[in-house]
Amino acid sequence: MMQNLQKIIFFIALAVFTQTIYSQDHGGVKSLRGSADIKQSSITPEQKRWQSDREPVDRAFVHQPPIIPHKIVGYQINKKFNKCLTCHSWANYKESGATKLSMTHFSDRDGNDLANVSARRYFCTQCHVPQVDAKPLVGNTYQPTRGLQAR
Amino acid sequence: MAIKSRFKKYICMLKSPSAKYSLGGLLTIGFVAGVIFWGGFNTAMEATNTETFCISCHEMKENVFVEYQNTIHYANRSGVRATCPDCHVPKEWTHKIIRKIKATNELYHKALGSINTPDKFEKKRLKLARNVWKEMKATDSRECRNCHDYESMDFSFQQRRAISQHSKGFEEGKTCIDCHKGIAHSLPTMFEEDPSAAIAVPIKK
Repeated sequence: MMQNLQKIIFFIALAVFTQTIYSQDHGGVKSLRGSADIKQSSITPEQKRWQSDREPVDRAFVHQPPIIPHKIVGYQINKKFNKCLTCHSWANYKESGATKLSMTHFSDRDGNDLANVSARRYFCTQCHVPQVDAKPLVGNTYQPTRGLQAR
Repeated sequence: MAIKSRFKKYICMLKSPSAKYSLGGLLTIGFVAGVIFWGGFNTAMEATNTETFCISCHEMKENVFVEYQNTIHYANRSGVRATCPDCHVPKEWTHKIIRKIKATNELYHKALGSINTPDKFEKKRLKLARNVWKEMKATDSRECRNCHDYESMDFSFQQRRAISQHSKGFEEGKTCIDCHKGIAHSLPTMFEEDPSAAIAVPIKK
């Protein structure tokens, strides 16, 4: 009888102790779920939307890969086919009215000129990305170099 | 000899008027049998016109169906879905029957196992895709236009690029499939179609 009572007291104490530990502050570290309790569902972050078609966007610095001024959802870019190039390749840009890709895409890393887009420049989205309507997380005062600023 | 004479007997029976049954009775039986046969025929044909039927073959289920699930014709904002037969089987009866007869060739290749592995399928993909493109081109993209009717297409609701491309394309007499290839399935190796839109070195066969 006495032993059982001891056991019960021990487990109650353990439960209270763990409860205090888990409800404590974790030194500012926050999980991806935020501070939502384990039993609650976390709040879905706001869905960002891809920006739709617009004029080409100015570059902010020299050698910046231009950003993509349209949606590319569902575009297939793999070793078999590149959707982007059906408009932006040298063979197709005139008909589609798209920007053609620059000569830099036709050379390998040793500077040899190739007859077609180089494998290292073939996967467009490695450098070129579309934009969503997200607001910058922090403000900044960055200005493009004067040579690139619109007049 | 016996078979021949029996055959002749049946022909004679078909030729001579009925002495036992009334014309009305015969007509009624014929009418009912016709309804059952015709209804049964169309029901059976419609049963082959469903997604469930299409993906009952692993060739479809494991290749093209998987690819299609990532596209806008499968899932989109308004929840309208175009399933396999919506694009691949004509709606109009005559064209539907012609397509169904052509499909017997697909049964033959199913039996042969022409595309029974992903590898075999991939090797045949360009040829198969070209068949579909050719057919769509020939019918002026009839199956697309079941839903995407040019007459009810309001360019002012479209995006910048779509407006210019559509007005230009339609003016030049282009049809949907001329530009919209590979919208519901992965494209084949396109080096032969447009070398400028594929990687510099053709993939080893």
